[in-house]
Order: sequence, then C-alpha cells, then structure tokens
Amino acid sequence: MAQATPIEARIAATEAELAGIRRGAPSLKKTLHRLSKLRVGVTGGAIMLVIVLLAVMAPVVAPHDPYDGELINRLKPPAWMAGGSATYPLGTDQVGRDTLSRLIYGAQVSLAAGFLAMVISVLIGVPLGVIAGYSGKAADSIISTVINIMLTFPFVLLALTVISVLGPSFNNVILVLGIASWTVYGRVIRAEVRKLKELDYVLAARTLGMSSFRIVAFHIFPNTINSVIVLSTVQIARFIIAEAFLSFLGLGVQAPTPSWGTMLGDSRQFMYDRWWLPTLPGLAIFVTTLAINLFGDSIRDWLDPYTRNVS
Amino acid sequence: MLRLLIPQTIQLVIAVWGISLIVFMVNFVIGDPLSGLVNPETPPETREILRHQYGFDRPILVQYFDFARRAVVGDFGESYIIKKPAIDLVFERVPATLQLALAGMGIGILIAIPVGIISAYRPYSLIDNVATIIAVAGQAMPVYWLGLMLILLLSVQMQWLPASGYGTPQHIILPAFCLGVFTAPIAMRLVRSGMLDVLTQDYVRTARAKGVRELPVLLRHALPNTLIPVITLLGLQFGQLMGGAVITETVFAWPGVALLAITAIYRSDIPVMQASVVMLAVIITVVNFGTDMLVSMLDPRVRRA
Repeated sequence: MAQATPIEARIAATEAELAGIRRGAPSLKKTLHRLSKLRVGVTGGAIMLVIVLLAVMAPVVAPHDPYDGELINRLKPPAWMAGGSATYPLGTDQVGRDTLSRLIYGAQVSLAAGFLAMVISVLIGVPLGVIAGYSGKAADSIISTVINIMLTFPFVLLALTVISVLGPSFNNVILVLGIASWTVYGRVIRAEVRKLKELDYVLAARTLGMSSFRIVAFHIFPNTINSVIVLSTVQIARFIIAEAFLSFLGLGVQAPTPSWGTMLGDSRQFMYDRWWLPTLPGLAIFVTTLAINLFGDSIRDWLDPYTRNVS
Repeated sequence: MLRLLIPQTIQLVIAVWGISLIVFMVNFVIGDPLSGLVNPETPPETREILRHQYGFDRPILVQYFDFARRAVVGDFGESYIIKKPAIDLVFERVPATLQLALAGMGIGILIAIPVGIISAYRPYSLIDNVATIIAVAGQAMPVYWLGLMLILLLSVQMQWLPASGYGTPQHIILPAFCLGVFTAPIAMRLVRSGMLDVLTQDYVRTARAKGVRELPVLLRHALPNTLIPVITLLGLQFGQLMGGAVITETVFAWPGVALLAITAIYRSDIPVMQASVVMLAVIITVVNFGTDMLVSMLDPRVRRA
C-alpha cells in the first residue's frame, strides 16, 4: 500500500469497494454497515473503559483479597454450578483464592504490561524510524537491516531467550517485549517520513532555512502521530497476549501476584475435570484484546482522512 | 533475476548472523554460560575450574570468534543435559516443526481463500460481515487459550482427538487447526481486498461479457491475480507462523524445534538453545528467500524489473 503513489492506490481501493456495492446492493446497506461499524467501535471502547475502571478500582470492587485463600475452600466451582456458593461467584483456585477477585486484580497486570511495553517500543521505534526515514544513507540502511532481521524472527522466541537469562519478572517482561518490538513502529514511521519529506511544505520549510531538527520535530513528526496511535492500539493488544503467554509459561509475572497468564498456567493441571479454570482467565484476555482491537479499528477509520471523506 | 538474487542472499546471511549474535550476547555477555552446567551449591573453586575447562574465562571476543567459527559448520557443542551434539538433537526435531508449519499454513489458506472470495463477491453481505467479525476475533484470540479450549472440548469432553503428543495423523489436527486460526485472519483480509480490487478491472468485465460463468470468472480469472500478494504475505509471515508454532508446540507438547528451544531455555541448556534458535532463524530466512524467488517467478512485472 505504501507505494510511490499512496493516494492513488487508496482512491482505487475505495472505488473498488464502491463499485462492489453498486453491483447489487443498495447504498442503504453501506450506510447501515458504517453505522454498525461505528457502534462496534464504541462498544469496544466502552468495554475497554469498564476494564480500565475495574483495574483501577480493584481494591473497592473485588469481593475478596486476591492473595488470601483458605485451603478448605480450594477449587470451588462457580456459583451457578452444583457445589458453588454465592460467596465465590466464579469459584476458587487451587489454594482457595477467589477467582473473580484475582481476575479483577489481574487486569492491572495485563493493562500495565500492555501499556508500558507499548510506551517503551514507541520511545525506541519512533525516533529510530524518523532518523532512518529522514536521513537516508548509512543510518537508514543500518536501521532498515536491523528492522528486517528482527521482523523476520518471531519476537516471542526472542523475548523468551532474553528473559531466561535476565530472570522472570514483571519489569523484565515489559522491558523485553518493548525492546523486541520497536521494529513495528520503526518500519511504519520510516516509510511515512520518507513520504512526508518529499512533500512541498517540507521543501518550503527547508528553503526558509529551518534546521533539520526543527523540520522533523515540528513539521514531520506531528504528521506521523495518527499512525503511532493506530499502531499502538494493535500493539497493546499484542503485548497483553504476549505477556500472558510468558506468564503462562512461568517466565513472566511471578507466583502470588494475580495475573491472567499465571492463572491460565496454573489451571492446566486441574483443567481436565474443571473446565471453568482455564476458560475464565482466557476469556478475560480475549475480551480485553477484542475490545482494544475493535476500538482500534474504529480509530483507524476515523483518523484516516481518505476513508473518512470518501465514504 | 540475478540482480534480485544477490542482495537477497546477502540479506539472508546477515539475518542469520544477526540472530546468532543476539543469542551469543544473551548467553555470554548478559548471562553466565556456566549457569546451566552447575548447581547453585557448587563451590566457587569448582566453578573456576569448570569455567577454565570450558574456556569461559577467555576474552569475550575470542570466545565469540570460537563460537562463530564452529557455528558456521553447525557445531554448537554438546547438550549439557543429554550428552549428544546439540545440532543433532535439533535436526531430529526439524521434520515435526515443518509438518506442523505446513499443515497449519494449509488450514489457514483453506479457510482464508474461500471466505475471502465470498466476502469480496458480496461485500457488506451477511456472510461478509460475519467473516469480518470472526477475522477480528481471530486476531484477538490468544492461540494458547484457543488450544486449551479445543483440548477441553474435543479431547476431554468428546474424546475425539488426542490432547497432545505426536505420531498418528490425529495428533496433528488440533495443533494445525490452532496454527491455521492464527494465520487465516490476515490472509483472509488480503484475499478479500485483492479480490475487491481485481473484480472491478476491465479484463474481468470482458470475461463476463464473453459469457464466462461466474465461478470460472472468480476462480480462474480473478483469483490468480490476488494470490501473489497472499503468497508474499504468507512468506513474510512465516516468522510469525513460527512464533505461533512456539505457542502451539508448547500447548500440545508437539516435539518440534520450538518446543526443544523452550525446554532448553528452561534447563539453561545453552548449546541446544543456541542451535535451535539459529536453526529456526535459518528455516525462516530460507522460507522468506524462497518466497521472494517464487513471487518473482510468478509475477512477470517483478521478473523483468
């Protein structure tokens, strides 16, 4: 898509979509589609907001202490099943801790990990992408080669390798995830900057004698912010999934801290006759990442002037 | 063709070298290569002797050149746990990983192409909307959780398929399906947008005007032109697919290279860890390279450029 003439490609794509609709379907359908898409985005945003609120207000909302369990109450089923009680609405884990409370507290870990890892990769990826895109030459070829190498290799495995040496902890997971995936930003921002720096207004700024730093900071960088936002929503969801996987393997957040990944990992040895144990934390991860992705999709449509004006 | 081949080959070599450098740095600069060989209780004197025996007390650059010289010919040393050359252990696992990757990719394509075509043929129809929703959900789905849920449903509840392991054809179904779900959404989106684009082009209209039936128009005239970007993407995504393999191999105890790497990581078995990670890097870059070649052979525009 990011070819020499992105606008033409974009228009062609939109026309293709429009032509597809003209052939058979009334335009009401498209309007309804757009409305429902907007509604889906708003729903995603609303779910995200609820999860963030739950995480922030966890001490108030959670019915029990997530660290406190009685072994007599271990492995209780959810309230609606035989043997369940209203005291533990979603049952208890292998040491008798309340699953609902641990899920609520687990949102703190997941959201914090997703957000902080995203911040780290933005802080590395955006400057390097700008340098590569604006300067060209040697800096560009070095940065591009590194990006290409890192993008071809599965970052989960890279993260695993590094964490095994650094030792498993919340901070290390965030650090490693953030560092291992700056390339996603690097590649996109580099391409955008290369495109932007050829535009007339940048030429005009240069003719006026502005320094490269000023041009980049005030005239090029602001135009990449939309891309950074769109990428970031997707990345937060990816980081949440990756953090939970590392914790699932025991290489992430450590034992007593409630996190969705460790809950999922712990459930493996009990899951054969207790289906709810792996289902609930996985559902929490899935709903969260789904909400973020739906919201991100909407934001992309909204921030993208081409699709906004044409449709 | 040659002008394409040479830079690609250079990139391939640099990529594998880069990954091996990272692996070396992680183990020898950040970490202590001795950690996998000794117990925490080992007295410092014994540690020093071992360190000297294994040559870990030499300057880091000397160690690196030694590592690189041997790694080039596939010698990563003996496994700390099983006293066999690490590279042999890795080679034993390569077929399982390739089987899983191919089966997963195959299932992904089998889902993506028909759904993508139908979605593009009737955009914004019920099928298209449902497919889009499922694709978005598929991208948000943690693969390891999907795996656990499938085990619960199909192995524990229904008892149709084995929960984990390797050997019979039934064993590959669940992990391959998981990997397929991991691949399908993005491929589907690409098939859909490619078909949307192609279906409005003049040659498709010509074919219709000639009286070609709709199915041949879609499959014979339109589909081939949308497949080139899909092949490119699947090739480039092969690294991601291997990332998915890391996840599915652990969940289903599938004895592939990725599971070997993870086990080696758990046990600080550094030679095996290095050999398996470098092997994965080689597989991925070779596939990327192969895809580039395939695309350049399929696409006359690239071929002549």
